[in-house]
Amino acid sequence: MTGDQVSDGGLAVQAAGVHKSFGALKVLDDVSLDVAVGEVVVIIGPSGSGKTTFLRCMNHLERIDGGKLYVNGHLIGYRVNPDGTLAEESHAEIARQRQEIGFVFQHFNLFPHLTALGNVKLAPVCVRRAGREQASAEGRKLLARVGIEDKCDTYPRQLSGGQRQRVAIARALAMKPKLMLFDEATSALDPEMVGEVLEVMRELAAEGMTMVVVTHEMGFARGVASRVVMMDQGRIIEAGTPAQVLDEPREERTRAFLSKVLH
Amino acid sequence: MHFDWSFFQHLLFHPPGSFVGGAVRTIYLSVIAQALGTGIGLVLALWRRSRQWPLRLFAGGYIWLVRGTPLLVQAVIIYDGSSALGLYSFGTLNLGFMSVPGIIQAGIVTLALNEGAYMAEIMRAAIDSVDKGQTEAAESLGMRHWQAMRHVVLPQAMRVVIPPLGNEFNNMLKVTSVLSVIGLQELFLAAEDYNSATFRTFEIFLVAAIYYIAMTTIWSFIQSAIERRLAAQGGEVVSGIPLRQRLFGGGLAAVPGEMRGAR
Repeated sequence: MTGDQVSDGGLAVQAAGVHKSFGALKVLDDVSLDVAVGEVVVIIGPSGSGKTTFLRCMNHLERIDGGKLYVNGHLIGYRVNPDGTLAEESHAEIARQRQEIGFVFQHFNLFPHLTALGNVKLAPVCVRRAGREQASAEGRKLLARVGIEDKCDTYPRQLSGGQRQRVAIARALAMKPKLMLFDEATSALDPEMVGEVLEVMRELAAEGMTMVVVTHEMGFARGVASRVVMMDQGRIIEAGTPAQVLDEPREERTRAFLSKVLH
Repeated sequence: MHFDWSFFQHLLFHPPGSFVGGAVRTIYLSVIAQALGTGIGLVLALWRRSRQWPLRLFAGGYIWLVRGTPLLVQAVIIYDGSSALGLYSFGTLNLGFMSVPGIIQAGIVTLALNEGAYMAEIMRAAIDSVDKGQTEAAESLGMRHWQAMRHVVLPQAMRVVIPPLGNEFNNMLKVTSVLSVIGLQELFLAAEDYNSATFRTFEIFLVAAIYYIAMTTIWSFIQSAIERRLAAQGGEVVSGIPLRQRLFGGGLAAVPGEMRGAR
């Protein structure tokens, strides 16, 4: 492994000049962001601003077209050729990198043919080769941690939205990730269920998990974020502490966005 | 010539050995060929989605060829043609506990190869019907592409495959009659032979028809039991599909999503 493939060990995410386009549309335009280990970074911005795409690039669900993106110290999804150009990593290596990155989807993406416990233990059993007994015990512990130990044997379609998302969080945690990515994890939920999911995320942050969170929940950003990043039209236009960005935004576009979200 | 009731009744309830043997052959040919054809179909469907272009090309070409030619022609080419050309001659195969005549092997091979092409299309549609988020969720947990396919996508696709698979097997039971062209003594040829000795054409083929409809009817009950079990595994509550619908069509199986009404 060349030195170029490894970044500063204190950073969970290090994005430098990341570019991405869908056809002629520039979705990410020279995005740079460092996330330190233990930090909770909340990304806000209007829809179409590129925040979800940026998050998906962090575990290589999307490919980047330019720049460099290090996650957990490694160039994610790419390796550096001897001549300095980038080539896509082998599928095995990408899968290995993803084991250390938890991802929580807006629409849960639970496996409907497996019970809650089955969802949580699938990856440990099939990727980490954990024993079934051990994986079950750890799975139960994780489901207890997100407050639904009584739903171990329940199938996703019998769970409420909030319960589903908590199972999804437990499923991601089962791989013992160093970094958790949340893509609008509460946007598909009925309002009364948003709180229970945010509570789990809050606890996770309090335990010191490194998190990058795309959300419209300004209360969560204010209370939990170490930093808030505002994106618009594929660029980071403003970043700082929650107080700086949410209460005294420098940018007119941030102010306009916040006035719409906060009413 | 009048309809000979006593001849009809006697044949229906006390069929000669050749009739019973033919019916038994029809059933086991159908079961084995359907099982093999389903396996071939799965492999072809996966090859069509492969990253390797030769596999994609082969699968596409195979499906094009097989679906573009009549089963009758395929049967003659495989059994008589290949032997006439000295390519391959089906001889008796000794399995130790039983010996399989060459013509039975040729019959199974013909039906399985033919069915594989149709099953490939059904499998492909079923795999495509599984939400892309399922693969993303599996891969975000560090599972390899084939692991996601094996543990997440295929189990869900199989539930979608069951109703059209039942249709295929219903068809298979009847289509075995085509093998009479190579001289395989299944139910139709047994009836034909009996006819040439007695000339009671109407009675004989009416009995054959009753045998066929008995087989397909019993199968429709088995299929409904399988569907219920699968649905129950997913935690779904299924109301029974009315018998009328099951026998006369128009019934939608209790499986989720896109395959409904696809055929």
